[in-house]
Amino acid sequence: MGTTKIIFSGFGGQGVLTLGQVVADIALNQGKEVTWMPSYGAEMRGGTANCSVIISDKVIGSPIILSNIDILCAMNQPSVDKFLDKTRAGAKVFINSSIVTDTVVKDDAEIIAIDATNIAVKAGNARTANMVMMAGFLAQTGLFTIDELEAALSRRFKGKAELVEVNMKAIKEGLQALA
Amino acid sequence: MMSKVLMKGNEAICDAAIRAGCKAFFGYPITPQNEVPEYMTKKLPEAGGVFVQAESETSAINMVYGAAAAGIRVMTSSSSPGIALKQEGISYLVGADLPCVIVSVSRAGPGLGGILPAQSDYFQATRGGGNGDYYLPVYAPFSIQEAMDLVFKAFDVADEYRTPVMVLFDGMLGQMMEPCTPVDKKPGNFDKKWAANGNSDGRAPNAVSSLSLKGEVLEQMNLRRFKTYDDIKAKETMVDNRVTDGDEVAIVAYGTPARIVLNAIEILKEQGIKAGLVRPITLWPFPYADFANLPASVKNVVVCELSMGQMVEDVRLGVNGKLPVHFYGRTGGMIFEPEEIAEQIKKIIGK
Repeated sequence: MGTTKIIFSGFGGQGVLTLGQVVADIALNQGKEVTWMPSYGAEMRGGTANCSVIISDKVIGSPIILSNIDILCAMNQPSVDKFLDKTRAGAKVFINSSIVTDTVVKDDAEIIAIDATNIAVKAGNARTANMVMMAGFLAQTGLFTIDELEAALSRRFKGKAELVEVNMKAIKEGLQALA
Repeated sequence: MMSKVLMKGNEAICDAAIRAGCKAFFGYPITPQNEVPEYMTKKLPEAGGVFVQAESETSAINMVYGAAAAGIRVMTSSSSPGIALKQEGISYLVGADLPCVIVSVSRAGPGLGGILPAQSDYFQATRGGGNGDYYLPVYAPFSIQEAMDLVFKAFDVADEYRTPVMVLFDGMLGQMMEPCTPVDKKPGNFDKKWAANGNSDGRAPNAVSSLSLKGEVLEQMNLRRFKTYDDIKAKETMVDNRVTDGDEVAIVAYGTPARIVLNAIEILKEQGIKAGLVRPITLWPFPYADFANLPASVKNVVVCELSMGQMVEDVRLGVNGKLPVHFYGRTGGMIFEPEEIAEQIKKIIGK
């Protein structure tokens, strides 16, 4: 597989750091090398937040991603503005199209629009929009299976089966919308 | 064998400290190390220890002095301006031969500076700002695993040599997560006969102090301490030297920037330029010998730091005029990119 460089970005509170941690945890359990690095400026709720996740078969040097992004998960417009130009040719770009209203164009990238916030609201919890984006990863990246994802959520929400259920519901709604 | 876990650097070092038998933590909040007290406030009492958020950094380091004097394994943590405030206390800890672990998660300076990663506190860590003739062992991990291992080790080294030990890394390592295996070893067991921990058993009272008014006595104490420093230099110096015969450039970096240098070395390799990394793991004692004994193929030494150039002075002492020593750095919280370092190296060697 080599090395995959992923950026998760969105408003603070949209759960982008969590998304990155869940993906990193899955990679760890797949026996891969992985780093998770958050932006840690003076962030606040409603501000922008992002994290870089690098997954590799070999030891990872710098945990920072500055260019050649393989996968971008952009939960809001500022994230698109900030990172789209830094994706590599052939990159997969997941867009939360509920909020990103400008048309996203990059000729050499594969843009995958997901109506994440609206699907999450329909599934019963707007806060699970991040998990709807995860459905895009399941359907399009081949990085992990739904079972591996569910296992990671179970580790994260140990003893809180209802939270795993809420998140899995959002993921399944997302998968249906993408089918 | 324990299984790997995903942890933030700041939390991983706390896990290691608790496993090393740390029973007291005193600190004061400052970014980018706040996960350290946050973790300790919950987990240390669970492990039978004491957590106190002091009213200032000065207060925290003096609480460390108290706990250390009582023979308890104790830690504090802070970041650059906070470590500056602790310097007086560190000097007193040295003067009283007290073991403790000080974690410094450095940020950009001077002054309050910024909260982004920086290495401009190399001098602060290795030369200190406290008064008197002293050094401290300073460990500079470059991965979360190494940070865990070195914090665990720091407690043993502190007790063995009766000295404060510093673990220095930048906010990048503090904030990032990567898989690591918690330390699964027994901490060293040291009989602290000197500790002021009650003498109900009838032994003569112990006194712990850094005051010594007689010149003859203080001189002997300082000479003895420097003999200990010779011991530490001989036994505790650590370096990750990856330079091999055939490399034309030795790139020197410590901490997380060394990881960026490893990426730069890959880029140079693709372009037919052979470079090797020398990564000091102990900043004091500094691995001078590695720089005196570089392979004959090495024609240039390049030091890369997230500062205006501090460790470069130690590298020059080690190289001792035998080779040109160049410097490339970024400052203010800006981080160099692998491509940027590769370009600088090519410029330096004229390719």
